[in-house]
Amino acid sequence: MKPAPFGYLRPGTLAEAVAALAGDPGAKVLAGGQSLVPLLNMRLAAPTTLIDLNALPGLDDVTVDEAGVRVGALARHAAVLASVEARRVQPLVAMALSNVAHPTIRNRGTTVGSLVHADAAAEMPVVLVLTGGSLEVEGPAGRRTVAASELFVGPLETSLHHDEIAVSAHFPALAPGAGAAFEEIARRHGDYALVGAGAIVDGDSVRVGFLSVSDLPTVVDLSGVAEADLGEAALAELEPGDDIHASADYRAQLVRVLTPRVVAAAREHAAHRLGRTRG
Amino acid sequence: MAEELHQIRLTVNGTAHDLRVPARRLLSDALRHDLALTGTHVGCEHGVCGACTVLLDGEPVRACLVFAVSVQGQEVTTVEGLTRPDGALGPVQQAFAECHGLQCGFCTPGFLTTITAGIRDNPEPTHEEAREMIAGNLCRCTGYQNIVKAVERAAVLAREGGPSEGGFETGLRPSSTTGDASVVEEVAQQPSRNHGDDVVDREDDAATTGLGA
Repeated sequence: MKPAPFGYLRPGTLAEAVAALAGDPGAKVLAGGQSLVPLLNMRLAAPTTLIDLNALPGLDDVTVDEAGVRVGALARHAAVLASVEARRVQPLVAMALSNVAHPTIRNRGTTVGSLVHADAAAEMPVVLVLTGGSLEVEGPAGRRTVAASELFVGPLETSLHHDEIAVSAHFPALAPGAGAAFEEIARRHGDYALVGAGAIVDGDSVRVGFLSVSDLPTVVDLSGVAEADLGEAALAELEPGDDIHASADYRAQLVRVLTPRVVAAAREHAAHRLGRTRG
Repeated sequence: MAEELHQIRLTVNGTAHDLRVPARRLLSDALRHDLALTGTHVGCEHGVCGACTVLLDGEPVRACLVFAVSVQGQEVTTVEGLTRPDGALGPVQQAFAECHGLQCGFCTPGFLTTITAGIRDNPEPTHEEAREMIAGNLCRCTGYQNIVKAVERAAVLAREGGPSEGGFETGLRPSSTTGDASVVEEVAQQPSRNHGDDVVDREDDAATTGLGA
């Protein structure tokens, strides 16, 4: 199908984009469009106006320092994934990104767009929560930082106001000596995961973030839990949902399988990083 | 109320085109309807099947998930742009012909563009990498085995053919594997045929995009 008609604005400055969004309650922001355009094509969404960010300067950078990785609103998944520096400073970002759809989609889709789309079945929202990251957003009142823990409030729903535009996302660095891993199970390669899990292990701290289990990306603290009990301990904090893709029971079983697997992989990653630092 | 039209310029297979399109015109439809480049096929129209894949500034994207207005000023390479300068099949097209990499041919344009960029970025793919390269494209005929063979064969042909092969600045040329040769030539000879006011009459056609080539 084709999208319903909509107005189109292609602002040259962020201020113009924010003003346009503030002036039209039915407007939506277009960056990569790899989630939005299918919704428009299937007429599941019909915004009055699309405000296309693609002509805005300076938003496509991936900047990395020892504190973390900052991803601009127009940085494509492929550019983030290709950044060797980003992979070194926060490896979990690349680990998760390689599971985001297919390379062709990653060439156009943006990481920040995926965050504000806030699909609980998507990889990047849970990575932002698990790494303790944040979003920089610009609105009529200026710029503010929204912590990942405050960002996701419901399925496809964030705490951003209608007139705010996400400018960049920040993924803090993986601590020295810590390890990360990402695992997911999908029916077909490149599909949304039935269940996915990312883990960060740092000394005694074990935290696992789950996607596609419930309506929100959910991080569970599993520090001090015995290896054999990891799956059940995670399930105690989760309420797996039912949908046409998988039953709640099946999702629970995938949590039991994936949790110990992803924690073991994160421990191995930590050992590997430690070995490399000493070596 | 008449839908607002936007003036844009797209460079397709090396030729610049000025178009007036509504904002909702998908790049796939701009190519097929406005430019009569029907080599780009439209399958699922929501980003799953990969048939409409074209190269945008050299990188594969789904033409059905991009609005033409949003890529104004950029360079598009379609399957029609993959032939060699003398009109002969490009290495990926040649490999598909040799390896029987297609049956009905509907999905083929998307495979050809995807693999063209794939072997440019990875000139010697392993068997596993060849499979990964096409993982985002669906084919309901072949069972993929011959397409994977065609990826590997295309990589060999491209290496033998030298770095200039693969067709990124090759302009409009008929593609005898998947493009519609007669239409391409017609557009090449009459570049203004589908431009300007003529396009206005075609706005309502957007809802009737056929699936045929």
